[in-house]
Amino acid sequence: MPPIWSWIVAFGRFWYDFIIGDDWSVAVAVFIGLVVTGILNANRIVGWWLMPIIVVVMTGISVQRASARR
Amino acid sequence: MISTSLLPVLITTFLASAVEATEMVTIVVGVGATRGWRSTIIGAVSGFGVLAVTVVVLGAALSQIPIGPLRLIVGFLLLVFGLQWFRKGITRVAARGLAGMAGEDPHDAAEQWTGPGMDWTAWVLAFKGVVLEGLEVAFIVVSFGAGANNYGVAIIGGAAAIVIFLGIGFIVHRSVRRIPRSFLQLIVGTLLTSFGTFWSVEGLGVNWPASDGTIVALLILNVATALTFITVLRRRAPQIRAAA
Repeated sequence: MPPIWSWIVAFGRFWYDFIIGDDWSVAVAVFIGLVVTGILNANRIVGWWLMPIIVVVMTGISVQRASARR
Repeated sequence: MISTSLLPVLITTFLASAVEATEMVTIVVGVGATRGWRSTIIGAVSGFGVLAVTVVVLGAALSQIPIGPLRLIVGFLLLVFGLQWFRKGITRVAARGLAGMAGEDPHDAAEQWTGPGMDWTAWVLAFKGVVLEGLEVAFIVVSFGAGANNYGVAIIGGAAAIVIFLGIGFIVHRSVRRIPRSFLQLIVGTLLTSFGTFWSVEGLGVNWPASDGTIVALLILNVATALTFITVLRRRAPQIRAAA
């Protein structure tokens, strides 16, 4: 593999591990939550409460999955 | 000698900058203690380098930088990464409690970078923390400096806040090393998740109910969340402790 290509692969793998990690559903839920918060805000609807709820719920789901894998 | 009329500008700039400097130092010390110091310090120094060039090149035009999108991107990245550490910290503390004081637990070394090169995770976290918080200090300095028509006093206030809180961070970092790494990972995960939630939502232009004070509320919520899940895990599956 040419050095530049292996560097690109390593760079992509780093960001995949950083953002997705070992539970892709958390990153997807955060992304969707921010999109919905942005939409609520654009329509002048109070939306600050959504992300803290997503954090608590997704932590519960992710902890449940991690403990089931052990 | 600073005149009496400029003293409020100095104090206000210092206090406003101190809030941002505290966040900056918290992230750098937490990441350094959890992942290792070398890459974290290089990331923080790189962040200060980028910050210095940005401030010198843009000067007073700094206030034109769109801080909202920057907060959104940095907040999103800190939140998704912080949630990974938050979950790992919860499951590890549930499994082993506070075992491994002074890093004696071999499981606790799992997050420490032992490779020969740069730990880019530590570098990115420290770099982002310094650049975002440093830019916010620079905005505060530019805003108060322009308002008082005296940039010198505002720069002294902002720089003093960063220097003092970096000094406090340097003093406490040895104490932080004595905290078990699984527990430290939970603390840093809680901090990154709280800051990440705050910045990403603020970056969308949403106003939090208590402004910067909301960070404290988010910290309390996330600590309560962690304690709840740790308690549930320990009650439901005591065999996890044996397996860990």
